[in-house]
Amino acid sequence: MRPTFSEGGKLSKLHSVFEGFEAFLFVPDTTSHSGVHIHDSIDSKRTMSWVILAMVPALLFGMYNTGYQHFLAVGGLAEMGFWEIFGWGALAVLPYVVVSYGVGLGIEFISAQIKKEEIQEGFLVTGLLIPLILPIGVPLWMVAVATAFSVVFVKEIFGGTGYNVFNVALMTRAFLFFAYPAKMSGTSVWVTTNASFGFGSALPVADGFSGATPLGQAASAVGTNALHFTNIVGQPLTWWDMFLGFEPGSIGETSTLAVLIGAIFLIATGIASWKIITAVFAGGIGAILLFNALAVNVYMSVPFWEQICMGGFAFGAVFMATDPVSASRTEKGKWIYGILIGVLAMIIRVLNPAYPEGMMLAILLMNIFAKLIDYYVVQGNINKRLKRATVGVQKGGNHE
Amino acid sequence: MKNTFKITKGLYIPMTGTSAKEVVSAGESEQWSVNPNDYHGVVPRLLVQVGDLVKAGSPVFCDKNKPEVLFATPVSGVVADIVRGEKRKLLNILIKADAQNEYVPFPVRDPLALSPDQVKETLLNSGLWTLLKQRPYDCIADPSKKPRDIFVSGFDSSPLAPDYDFILKDQSTDFQKGLDALTRLTEGKVYLGLSVKTQAPELNQAARVEICRFDGPHPTGLVGVQINQIKPVNKGEVVYTANALDVAAIGRFFNTGKVDLTRLVAVTGPMVRKPHYVRCKPGMSIQSILKGNVHTEAHVRYICGNVLTGVQTGSDGFLNPQAHQITVLKEGEGIHELFGWALPRLNIFSFSRTYFTKLVQRFQPGKKYEPDTRLLGGERALIMSGEYEKVFPMDILPEHLTRACISGNIERQEELGIYEVAPEDFALCEYICTSKVPVQQVVREALDKLKAENGD
Repeated sequence: MRPTFSEGGKLSKLHSVFEGFEAFLFVPDTTSHSGVHIHDSIDSKRTMSWVILAMVPALLFGMYNTGYQHFLAVGGLAEMGFWEIFGWGALAVLPYVVVSYGVGLGIEFISAQIKKEEIQEGFLVTGLLIPLILPIGVPLWMVAVATAFSVVFVKEIFGGTGYNVFNVALMTRAFLFFAYPAKMSGTSVWVTTNASFGFGSALPVADGFSGATPLGQAASAVGTNALHFTNIVGQPLTWWDMFLGFEPGSIGETSTLAVLIGAIFLIATGIASWKIITAVFAGGIGAILLFNALAVNVYMSVPFWEQICMGGFAFGAVFMATDPVSASRTEKGKWIYGILIGVLAMIIRVLNPAYPEGMMLAILLMNIFAKLIDYYVVQGNINKRLKRATVGVQKGGNHE
Repeated sequence: MKNTFKITKGLYIPMTGTSAKEVVSAGESEQWSVNPNDYHGVVPRLLVQVGDLVKAGSPVFCDKNKPEVLFATPVSGVVADIVRGEKRKLLNILIKADAQNEYVPFPVRDPLALSPDQVKETLLNSGLWTLLKQRPYDCIADPSKKPRDIFVSGFDSSPLAPDYDFILKDQSTDFQKGLDALTRLTEGKVYLGLSVKTQAPELNQAARVEICRFDGPHPTGLVGVQINQIKPVNKGEVVYTANALDVAAIGRFFNTGKVDLTRLVAVTGPMVRKPHYVRCKPGMSIQSILKGNVHTEAHVRYICGNVLTGVQTGSDGFLNPQAHQITVLKEGEGIHELFGWALPRLNIFSFSRTYFTKLVQRFQPGKKYEPDTRLLGGERALIMSGEYEKVFPMDILPEHLTRACISGNIERQEELGIYEVAPEDFALCEYICTSKVPVQQVVREALDKLKAENGD
């Protein structure tokens, strides 16, 4: 089969696709020809698939929650069993996963063939991240356009996997947020009342329905009474509900518990940097405590244990901020990067009335500064070396 | 000054095939080789022709750019063949050995009684100068530069490395004489790096040198790591580096007046039937050293040196002069693991925590592995951050230096410490790299380019 796909063969235009499938099915048996003669068994496919495994709890819970919120809105929750709710939600979420992977991988395959390189695994993670950060009601064609935009303009033109400046999945969301804001925020997008693959139908909602997420409620709160969050039918929302994730929101980000399971998995296997995750939470909690102390309005008084369960803060901290390519790469830099993300996310969230969710913008902003932070850390190492040099390094070209 | 260094970064790779502590003599080698390509960066100028009679220690070629650096033959005999390749590039010089080895008679002298220039001249004329390397550039030491210090590594921490305690047993006079010769070459100190586990009195009681102890996994045995801990190299400084086993050969020369490069070579690796030490000389054919001691059912790879920094040789190849070890392992091509990257793979060794290596090692301490030469992944751009730093115990940022080498940014390389490193320091980084970047090759090319740019 291989000669048909190699140069000169009949299907040589699909060479990258063939190699991609072969590399997907088998560990490549090429032997090393320079440098070390033995290699560690870790490779980027294993790393990426482990990140996907870490996202599975959030995905599964997101599917269940989609169904749960739907039946809570249209009524009939009490009669539904676990599998009905989960099945309904899974069928609602699946089209997004399919579109995201289909569009993204299609573009990646084409780029790899054009560059005559192997298909790289970076999109395996991005493809699952994109659906998890979208509200359930977004039209599929918008997801396709946004994914295509992101993969081409944020990843491929810079060189592909390993060369992107910004987090690719987050740029998809940012594109949708700025291009189609009505479908990405507000109170009507977080719960779907439509049919899912033909099951159920567009039912009228129950009385007292409000699709506002806790973030939305906090952002629109007035007066000085302490905030009491409610779920979509007006019943009170406890902290436990917010932590487990039975609240409206983007598909994968509602359950802090599922994100926590993913975080423990990623840190235990050493794939994500625990420094970034810890720093983001530390920065965020620090900012919240500062706001609690100042307490000019009721939003600033929300205690930190509720704030970190609201919105996409936890999900962003664990899965978005830790993207190794767009984050800081020095160990010291990761602390600064993480803390600034946490602080900025809270500032945007609490102080800025235009953006209820600050995490996306905070991470994208810090992606710009990540390499600047690295620059100064590296400069510190360089200065240490210069101090003990006998012949100074001449800047600007001439050197003996 | 601190004399004991504890190093936590690094990785000990357990492999099957450690040499048993028994010594066998090598067989007869029909042809011997003196190969200019064994020395990186040397453009050879031939000093002999086919049919010339040579004795052990007589010069066979010299470095065209530094004609005082002579390369000698380890054996006496007649020059049988001069192998040339494309554009008359010198590929090999083959010598047919005499039945009885004869040595060029050099005077027996005590290096402590000689002036530094005399010691240098003696070493250059005998071809033993080529055993000394230098930082920067990790090439043969430049005789025109005065070294700030000289660093000798007294142990090897690489996978399946030979045991220096065992090899240097009863060679204390030779080893000490070699160290004395080195002390004459510098106005600074001679540092001897030893492991906290080194037992041999030959090493522990070396005189007139500064002994520094190292405790930690590989790459603590690498001289570059030791230099960075003891007294790093700055821009503009030159240090010489040497291997303790070669220092003993230098001492033997001063004690006997003969260029006798007999050494104990550890024959190691998963594909060796009975791993042991073989008494032989560099330049002998691999087969005369192995003597059929290899499982040949599968396609094997012969490496002069260890699996991280060694040089691949054909089965008809020769032992290169820098090697004190031969490793033989399976090639592994043709092994197709279905979905291998997703499976637990309990029987492979990995530094990554996505495999269960540490867990298995807790239940089976002392378990050894049989790696083969597969890449086990495709080459990618650098994705994971903080990987290299985990196995690079020097005060240098390895990933950023690698990036500067890949992009050819010479000023950045200088700023980040390219003058302190050799490709072997990055061998572990290359081993654990998720993206399979050929780091050693990248650093080697950068060093060569820098050397040419600087005109050194």
